[in-house]
Amino acid sequence: MMRLVVNGHEKSFDPPMSVAELLAVLGVPSLKVAVELNREIVSKSAYDRTMLEDGDRLEIVNFVGGG
Amino acid sequence: MAEGQIVDDDGFTIAGRRFTSRLIIGTGKYSDYAQNAAAAEAAGAEIVTVAVRRVNLTDPDAPMLMDFLSPEKYTYLPNTAGCFTAADAMRTLRLAREAGGWNLVKLEVLSDQKTLYPDMAETLSAAKELIADGFEVMVYCTDDPVYARKLEDVGCCAIMPLGAPIGSGLGIQNPVNIRLIVEQAQVPVLVDAGVGTASDAAIAMELGCDGVLMNTAIAEAKDPIRMARAMKYAVIAGREAYLAGRMGRKKYADPSSPLAGLI
Repeated sequence: MMRLVVNGHEKSFDPPMSVAELLAVLGVPSLKVAVELNREIVSKSAYDRTMLEDGDRLEIVNFVGGG
Repeated sequence: MAEGQIVDDDGFTIAGRRFTSRLIIGTGKYSDYAQNAAAAEAAGAEIVTVAVRRVNLTDPDAPMLMDFLSPEKYTYLPNTAGCFTAADAMRTLRLAREAGGWNLVKLEVLSDQKTLYPDMAETLSAAKELIADGFEVMVYCTDDPVYARKLEDVGCCAIMPLGAPIGSGLGIQNPVNIRLIVEQAQVPVLVDAGVGTASDAAIAMELGCDGVLMNTAIAEAKDPIRMARAMKYAVIAGREAYLAGRMGRKKYADPSSPLAGLI
């Protein structure tokens, strides 16, 4: 198992896992979000080839209502 | 132009993009996204501000803004609400650019929770960095003409001074400064924050602003859809009055009916 911190919460997953696979497991529509991995933005085109490692910290954000 | 020949307002340009509606609305504080979408429709808005926040992972099926206000129909203007440093604002807008694929953004760097007053030193620093990174920056700022000029000088594509603190609904507190900013600016000036009701929006437009950005005045009205419509008309009325040129102010009365021919 590997531990990831996703949006501030620690969760366990089975490696190997790419960013694209993580989004699929979480049920997040990949086209509507942006992903930051250890403070670096992962471009949408790199979701498939970006592999996650134990201890990685991710932020997955989207647009919400705001002023 | 011949008197009586009215030319329709053809809108304004921000960063090379033409907009017909001069009313930009926020998407926060509505009871739900459906009400928000109806308000945007009633306001005739073409640009909506949006925030960037963590995806709700506990409920991935929760309604998403994009499903109600399509980015195909509305220009999304990602904001940096809640950012108190230039670094936070940069991080947020880079994520926004990745999520949406567009580079027109609203920069706001705040100073403290109580007033949400913009921190102009941090704002100027973030604006420079964002522009160097290829962003088109519409900037929320104080109504200080000096900082407004500095922000324009570093390349901001729109200057957006506050009329009053965010969410206060107090109206335009310093019309003189707003007018000074309008007179010196070569880029669009929009009053952002402080509008409480339709007359406030009209005043902003009568001062010569290119547009008005508001959220709470519509979202917290008892009937947000109706207030959205009122704001649409207020912005149009204020713009028309500005273009028409108001009458001079006089100290004493001046009868509208002729004195000649009195019986």
